[in-house]
Amino acid sequence: MGELLIIAVGSALVNNVVLSQFLGICPFLGVSKKVETAAGMGGAVIFVITIASFVTGLIYEFLLEPTGFEYLQTIVFILVIAALVQFVEMFLKKVMPPLYQALGVYLPLITTNCAVLGVALNNVQYEYNILQGVVNGFATAVGFTISIVIMAGIREKIECNDVTPAFKGTPIVLVTASLMAIAFFGFSGLI
Amino acid sequence: MISITGIILAAVIVGGVGLFIGVFLGFSGKAFAVEVDEREEAIVGVLPGNNCGGCGYAGCSGLAAAIVAGEAEVSGCPVGGAPVAAKIAEIMGQEAGETIRKTAFVKCGGTCEKAGKDYEYTGVEDCRVMAFVQNGGPKSCNYGCMGYGSCVKVCPFDAIHVVDGVAVVDKEACKACGKCVAACPKNLIELVPYEQKHLVQCSSQDKGKDVMSVCKVGCIGCKMCQKVCPSEAITVENNIAHIDPEKCTNCGLCAEKCPKKIIL
Repeated sequence: MGELLIIAVGSALVNNVVLSQFLGICPFLGVSKKVETAAGMGGAVIFVITIASFVTGLIYEFLLEPTGFEYLQTIVFILVIAALVQFVEMFLKKVMPPLYQALGVYLPLITTNCAVLGVALNNVQYEYNILQGVVNGFATAVGFTISIVIMAGIREKIECNDVTPAFKGTPIVLVTASLMAIAFFGFSGLI
Repeated sequence: MISITGIILAAVIVGGVGLFIGVFLGFSGKAFAVEVDEREEAIVGVLPGNNCGGCGYAGCSGLAAAIVAGEAEVSGCPVGGAPVAAKIAEIMGQEAGETIRKTAFVKCGGTCEKAGKDYEYTGVEDCRVMAFVQNGGPKSCNYGCMGYGSCVKVCPFDAIHVVDGVAVVDKEACKACGKCVAACPKNLIELVPYEQKHLVQCSSQDKGKDVMSVCKVGCIGCKMCQKVCPSEAITVENNIAHIDPEKCTNCGLCAEKCPKKIIL
């Protein structure tokens, strides 16, 4: 239990997926204009990464490892994650329409989110078992949600400020992101 | 492991996974198929697709769903106007009512040189902020356009611009979605028929003398236009002239008669 907690805190705060591992930057910059949409994106990411960590964990343990083809992990994981997102989208549309309404727009975007693949590959690299992998995936996604929601909050404030023309748009967002990364660096003493 | 069998095995594994996924997705696509009304997709196809929200629904697909459900009129899209309404009516199999093309109009002509300023303001450029600024902004007239462009920011069609301190609508580009109408804190913007040529370019409800002291192009409520109008389309209330588009015949007598030349 304690070990799982350390994994969770470690990947949610200390090794934050966006601010310290530089994964999932595209949605982090693209969907962080409003807190509401950022939270929606975060929810969808939590949902998909948790399921994806479980499924890729299964594939690795029961297909790739026994056959000795571990080096195929990247390409197989990409395939599996893309298909999984498609499937989840179909499933939600039919079975849980309200949840689909809330997450639907963001699900196709996650197909190409490198954070999802990154978590799956990290799970293998750190030699996590399936349970540890799922916890790591969930916590990583929570870390993503934390940073994207904070980012959206800051961007909403920036909108009202007079930014120098040269820094308008993406540059000021990147400056903000780097300051956030420095702030999150403070968590490194935690574990 | 580097051997021809290794390569073949790797290809088989990846290919097998891909094949399995393909078949699985194909079947689940059938199993989880959600029935969508064909007409809804067809309507989404003919709508402009800007998702501007001018119709009051969440984007074009929202309006399409509402039209199919019978909650919205076939002419519900203000942007597409009559051509789109006709196409939707065809899809729905009903007659399209006549739609009047509208355009936004800013009821203020007080440009920098014509309307006075009380002081210089250098702060956040947003009309809504003016509620917190002394005298509701630097402009002497309390009713006029402040020119900080809240309407410009919300316009999805790049049809409204601040020229010389006053917002001006580009009639051709305007799709009458109504976003600027909602954005203007002074309620200066109105949707008027595209055909209507003569409009009162002022919103001041002050008495004539007060208007004269702050702006060279303010309505002084003299009622000249009301008297000259042959079709009784103009009424002067609260010291401001208003033209009823239903009655206006575009004769132009009011524009000629107006002593301040504020009726266009």
